[in-house]
Amino acid sequence: MAAAADLNAALSDLIARFGGSHDVDVSVSYGSSGTFYAQLLNQAPFDLFLSADVDYPNQLAARGLTLPQSEFTYAIGRLALWAPASSPLDLEREGLQALTQASVAHIAIANPAHAPYGRAAVAAMRSAGVYERAQPKLVLGENVAQAMQFVQSGAADAGLVAMALTVAPNVKGKGRLFEVPASSYPRLEQGGTILKWAADVDAARALRGFLLSADGQAILKQYGLSLPGR
Amino acid sequence: MDWRAIWLSVRLAAATTVVLLALGIPLAYWIVFSRRRWKFLVESIVALPLVLPPTVLGFYVLVAIGPLSPVGRAYARIAGHGLPFTFEGLLIASVLYSMPFAVQPFAAEFASVDRRLLEASWSLGVSRLETFRRVVIPLSVRGLVTGIVLSFAHTLGEFGVVLMVGGNLPGVTRTVSISIYDAVQSLDYAAASRTSLLLLIVSFLILASTYSLQRSVWLKARR
Repeated sequence: MAAAADLNAALSDLIARFGGSHDVDVSVSYGSSGTFYAQLLNQAPFDLFLSADVDYPNQLAARGLTLPQSEFTYAIGRLALWAPASSPLDLEREGLQALTQASVAHIAIANPAHAPYGRAAVAAMRSAGVYERAQPKLVLGENVAQAMQFVQSGAADAGLVAMALTVAPNVKGKGRLFEVPASSYPRLEQGGTILKWAADVDAARALRGFLLSADGQAILKQYGLSLPGR
Repeated sequence: MDWRAIWLSVRLAAATTVVLLALGIPLAYWIVFSRRRWKFLVESIVALPLVLPPTVLGFYVLVAIGPLSPVGRAYARIAGHGLPFTFEGLLIASVLYSMPFAVQPFAAEFASVDRRLLEASWSLGVSRLETFRRVVIPLSVRGLVTGIVLSFAHTLGEFGVVLMVGGNLPGVTRTVSISIYDAVQSLDYAAASRTSLLLLIVSFLILASTYSLQRSVWLKARR
């Protein structure tokens, strides 16, 4: 299956649990949703597509490339401001205002031209009134995971990334974190779909079912990804 | 058409070529004429970018020039700003990435110069440097041109390394290949295909003119 880059940590957990109860080998490709969309338009051999928004699956459906009525929403993404633990920025107290400090040279976000988390980051900075001053400092990752990598490597001072990536086991506790208020950016509804040419439709359906089940949602919730009210 | 990205790529390719000319000629000379036993190690390092994925190179360069490395910190102290996401940072990455495309043709051509001509020059009391300037270089024009053109063309088409270290800044690190990628990602296939076509034509013209030059009489006559 093809999965948005913010799912990287959550899905490996989820698939391990899924594999325990199903006799299916799941292999995942992570990337930006826009890339996968372009590939799927050309019939990339994926069975299941988990996007970071709902538009891409819906557009695929509109073009008749998906199994009828197979679109689903599996999570609401959350945006976080993250910096390494060694950072002098007091993100927890100052939030997005910290980005206007002179010591901040580079702010990493996903490319807003095609990554949903990038668009959310820009919207959040606009609502906080810091976009004008932050804009010259922006560096764009190809997807949200690369934006995270820019910050982790120290090349960027802070990043607006997916909450799901900041709570991954290899990152958790190694940074300073501010959760951006959900009201300051458009809802990051993450949707998926099963492709028309899926090689194993039953397995894809089973995985979709698991994602939406109480067990699946419980795992997603650990990564700040679950659907509200579940 | 993203002219800003095209102009940036041309500037990056030109700067990379100039640096590689300055670094590559002494390095190729050393590889050809040194008697050190371990010179195969240097040759291997120079050739590494041919086999290494650009992502590996890009990742290492990003970490190496970032504020967590001594090199990155030293540069930031001197220049007042860090190297990542700057033109200079991209230039360093491009020089490493295109190194074999300059050094290998240079070295191959230096090695093919008739040894007897060099020994004749040396035995007439002409210094090694002077011999290199007056005998080796004029006999190696073809290899030098090939190296220059390949470095330029290879940098023009660079993608993975730029993606890893660039940060996609318009006019600074958004090169033409990144611009095309962005256009595809944003589903703007018309813009992507316009720029791609231009790049295809330019690359073909560069290579065609080089290969035709290699066949031409004035270069051959000197051999």
